[in-house]
Amino acid sequence: MNNDTLIPLIGVVTDIRQDTPDVKTFRVNALEGGKVFEHMPGQCAMLSIPGVGEGMFSITSSPTNKEFMEFSIKKCGCLTTWLHAMDVGQQITIRGPYGNYFPVDTELKGKDLLFIAGGIGLAPLRSVINYVRDKRDDYGDVQIVYGSRSKDDLVDYKEIIDEWTADPNIEVDLTIDNPQEGWDGHVGFVPNYVKELNPSTNKTVLVCGPPIMIKFTLAGLKELGFTETQVYTTMELRMKCGVGKCGRCNIGDKYVCKDGPVFRFDQLDALPDEY
Amino acid sequence: MLKISASNLNALFDRIAEKQTLYIPVDREPNVSEYKKYESGMTMSKALNTVRSAKDFFFPQTENLAEFKVSGKTIEVKDIRKENEDFVVFGVRACDARSFGILDKVFLSEPVDSFYKNRREHGTIVTMACTRPAETCFCTTFGIDPTVPGGDVSVFFDGENYFFLDNTPKGEAFVASVSDMLEDGDASKLAEVQENTRNIMKKLPLSGLSTDSFGGERLMEHFNSDKWAELSESCFGCGTCTFVCPTCQCYDIRDFDTGNGIKRFRCWDSCMYSDFTKMAHGNSRNSQLERFRQRFMHKLVYFPANNNGEFGCVGCGRCLSKCPISMNIVKVMKALEDK
Ligand SMILES: Cc1cc2nc3c(=O)[nH]c(=O)nc-3n(C[C@H](O)[C@H](O)[C@H](O)COP(=O)(O)OP(=O)(O)OC[C@H]3O[C@@H](n4cnc5c(N)ncnc54)[C@H](O)[C@@H]3O)c2cc1C
Ligand code: SF4
Ligand code: SF4
Ligand code: FES
Repeated sequence: MNNDTLIPLIGVVTDIRQDTPDVKTFRVNALEGGKVFEHMPGQCAMLSIPGVGEGMFSITSSPTNKEFMEFSIKKCGCLTTWLHAMDVGQQITIRGPYGNYFPVDTELKGKDLLFIAGGIGLAPLRSVINYVRDKRDDYGDVQIVYGSRSKDDLVDYKEIIDEWTADPNIEVDLTIDNPQEGWDGHVGFVPNYVKELNPSTNKTVLVCGPPIMIKFTLAGLKELGFTETQVYTTMELRMKCGVGKCGRCNIGDKYVCKDGPVFRFDQLDALPDEY
Repeated sequence: MLKISASNLNALFDRIAEKQTLYIPVDREPNVSEYKKYESGMTMSKALNTVRSAKDFFFPQTENLAEFKVSGKTIEVKDIRKENEDFVVFGVRACDARSFGILDKVFLSEPVDSFYKNRREHGTIVTMACTRPAETCFCTTFGIDPTVPGGDVSVFFDGENYFFLDNTPKGEAFVASVSDMLEDGDASKLAEVQENTRNIMKKLPLSGLSTDSFGGERLMEHFNSDKWAELSESCFGCGTCTFVCPTCQCYDIRDFDTGNGIKRFRCWDSCMYSDFTKMAHGNSRNSQLERFRQRFMHKLVYFPANNNGEFGCVGCGRCLSKCPISMNIVKVMKALEDK
């Protein structure tokens, strides 16, 4: 019988990094080394510990990384608590990749890009950012605005400081919600910071974060003169199957697991406001 | 047309059951029928349709997807699938036969669901033309002709004989396998029986119901209708309508620790339940209004939007007779349709 996507593969956790008090980043390899499967930036995978639960997570590593996949996971319930408690060498089940992806090879190609992320929302965008960094000549200006509650809540802080800010071809603007000792960067919420930065309206925007942040950021971008057709985001709804059959992740006639998770705002505007 | 006399029907069942598992509708109590594995001596129900739909044959209420052996840090996945055995379902009505086509669009579209496909490939559907449609029937609304029921083989009863018409290669093979028990018969009375049934259909209370106001083009308009509040007011989210419905296909995936390994199950779920879309940071369908709207929007608008206009309801009437508050898709259609 042919493979069935509902029957998972096995991956092994080869590295664990504590990024913030409640986010860890896990490196996953196939048992024989290398990646369990290939993906595109923005796609997701179902991870599970049998008997504990199964959950959808963005593949935060870039497809250009040929050695492993990475997942940044926030502890918030049964499965994620279990994942946070595991050690290197633990096997997990993995299936995917699921969903569409950011149009890195079509609509985004050649464009000036503005990435806007809040908290764990960096996870799907990090895949695109590193993809773009590895194919730098294919894109125009790259600007990254990233914010979290505090300095300690910035996911992938080390990579941001050591690699992204060190890269002369990228502008990185970080912010935290409230003043904090040892932080001399910007303080304030992401949507306000974006308005202050006043980015050029010829940029194409990729935004991801908590729903409330996305809402205010989009409103701010519109004030600056951006249109919905320039702005992409990823959606997060409850998922079980990942392939548009279990019936739970739809917004109108679109299944987020299959037709999404990446949507342009003009596409979302044509759908019921049920997310 | 090939036929068998009513008095020989059980001999035919015995023959089929020699080679394959056979399921027929039988009465649990008068006029309450359910599919049962045929055993010699069982009588086929005369009830119009089974209480539960026939979807269980291909999409059972619970099924085992995989097994896992977890020891220390290692996990072993066991693929427990095996080729299904051939089986025959006899006496399926036109509405339920059509429902398989709707489920096919979900489960056989890429990526194909191998669990469903396996059963589908090994099942032969023998349908039975309706002669006494009920007040809750409205299959004709969806273009279904209950006198020409479809499936792999259609069976027609003229009061004395059962006539067999194969519709697919699988049906042809089935008829060939029992052809020595069938004889050529005069089917001229069938046209009259069919005409009779069609006339009854026309006089039924729901015969005028139309799908004209529905379909993918009307998505935002119907979604934003102010009728949903009143329609959903008394729905208490029991999920009965989704469980009896032959086309409802939502499912959940759950693990069960047997003490000797972990079994992963798929089981029916319902969009009418409050935890169906519940997430760590909120719920996209928080109120019963939103959940109720989802069920009917899916059948009347979203499904056709994704499937060339085909609706996700076959008019079997089960939700009409089973909802404890007497709410149903017909009332929804009447409330939303263009006046
Ligand atoms: C497309 C997509 C991409 C995602 N990407 C990421 C990512 O990159 N990183 C990340 O950290 N997360 C991501 N998520 C979210 C992630 O899938 C969930 O946080 C995770 O599945 C939670 O699993 P859990 O078992 O820990 O929580 P659960 O134990 O399932 O539940 C968490 C909370 O939800 C509620 N809840 C959930 N289910 C039920 C139920 N059946 N009944 C009652 N209450 C319930 C409970 O209140 C509970 O406290 C993504 C989700 C989607 C859909
Ligand atoms: S919605 Fe009601 S009438 Fe339509 S197929 Fe389902 S149970 Fe039958
Ligand atoms: S059967 Fe009736 S009360 Fe129960 S969920 Fe369906 S519409 Fe609501
Ligand atoms: S997760 Fe099952 S339909 Fe999207």
